[in-house]
Amino acid sequence: MTYNFDWSSIARAWPYLLDGMGTTLFLVAVAMVLGVTFGTVLAILRLFGPRSVAMLAAGYVNFFRSIPLILTIFWFFFLVPLVVRAITGNPYFAVGPVYAAIAAFVLAESAYYCEIIRAGIGSVRAGQFQAARALGMTTAQALLYVVLPQAFRNMTPALINQTVALLKDTSLVYVISLNDFLGAAAKIGQRDGRQVEMFLFAAAVYLALCSLGTMGVHLLQRRGAPSRR
Amino acid sequence: MTYAWDWLIFFKPSVTGEGLYGWMLVRGLGWTLLISLLSWLFALALGTVLGTMRTLTNRWLAWPALLYVHCFRNTPLLVQLFLWFFVVPELLPPAWGTAIKQLAPTTGQFLTVVLCLSLYTAAKVAELVRAGIEALPPGQRAAGAAMGLTQVDVYRYVLLPQAFRTIVPPLTSDFMNVFKNSAVALTIGLMELTGQSRQLSEFSAQSFEAFTAATLIYMAVTYGVVLVMRHVERRARIPGMLGTASG
Repeated sequence: MTYNFDWSSIARAWPYLLDGMGTTLFLVAVAMVLGVTFGTVLAILRLFGPRSVAMLAAGYVNFFRSIPLILTIFWFFFLVPLVVRAITGNPYFAVGPVYAAIAAFVLAESAYYCEIIRAGIGSVRAGQFQAARALGMTTAQALLYVVLPQAFRNMTPALINQTVALLKDTSLVYVISLNDFLGAAAKIGQRDGRQVEMFLFAAAVYLALCSLGTMGVHLLQRRGAPSRR
Repeated sequence: MTYAWDWLIFFKPSVTGEGLYGWMLVRGLGWTLLISLLSWLFALALGTVLGTMRTLTNRWLAWPALLYVHCFRNTPLLVQLFLWFFVVPELLPPAWGTAIKQLAPTTGQFLTVVLCLSLYTAAKVAELVRAGIEALPPGQRAAGAAMGLTQVDVYRYVLLPQAFRTIVPPLTSDFMNVFKNSAVALTIGLMELTGQSRQLSEFSAQSFEAFTAATLIYMAVTYGVVLVMRHVERRARIPGMLGTASG
């Protein structure tokens, strides 16, 4: 093997890489918070909404689960500006890669989270809901104070796993040249002719971050299910 | 500003002189299907081996499989693709690296994507196979051993057939994910369906038609997978297990 490693670009490009990592974590945080929120709403609509609304929610979830995330990102990056330009009449309107990525991730991830949350709500015994209703709670109160707290405890491992998947998915913003961690590493690698080192470094960093999440799941599972199903 | 809709764009000759615009999508779909089906076959084979290894008591077999699954599940697919495409050819002996770089571009990209997607998906299949084997009652293994079967035969005739029949539903979503994940091929220049739809939108300026068509094709492919797997599921269901009441 004759390749001569030179890791000094990493040290020199440190602030730029850190900036990229900031973008990655920002995307993960926004997509996770909004994704779980919308996902919960979607799951409740699918389970408790009127039939037509439940079917609409199911259609939404199946739609986003059947197309590649890259295609969703393209929709928001290339097409939404066209729509907004047509509506507002401003021919110079641009969405910008960050907002396009956030919109794509929030919409797609809320579909993924919805499926987990739906399973989580399904794991709470029906008697819990019925008992809450029998005590005079409204459906909203029963969901908010009785069903959802138990559901979220049951599905914490699955939610962490999905968030790890989200962290991995954010690297796809590479296709719209957004400077997330992978984008920053790729740019430095190309500039310095050190792609080998930069991609190995990126892989190690992602591995470390995702391992934290996976280990958290293992700990939770070893401690046993926090509540009886 | 008004957008000039033109749904007939797919039947108009492309600016590249390579036939109709619609052909771009057909070629893209061809690559997507070829990459996905090949990767799925390899992933099933490798994932079965790895998942089986993880359930063995022999530490020298179980640990490497655990390490493999951990590494391949905890790095982004795109990073893995870049490792295979940009990094590995540099680290191989120079003669091999040169040979790889001298492949026709499309061949090199295609082989890289299939390799990458197979290894990535194999890690997910391995987890399912392991879960399927571990979910079987321990008596199955013991009974097999008591009948005088060797360990290989216990897996071959008793454990794996049952495990596979129980993991068909979760395998469906992994099968769907292979098709969606194959879109990363566009980042190394292989123009599969998503890549072609972007090119179509750039060449023809009919972005909405291009991306809508790609979206509908992906939905159709996904639906096809669901139909096929539903059929497999019905055939493979074990009588007397959960879920048989409805079938």
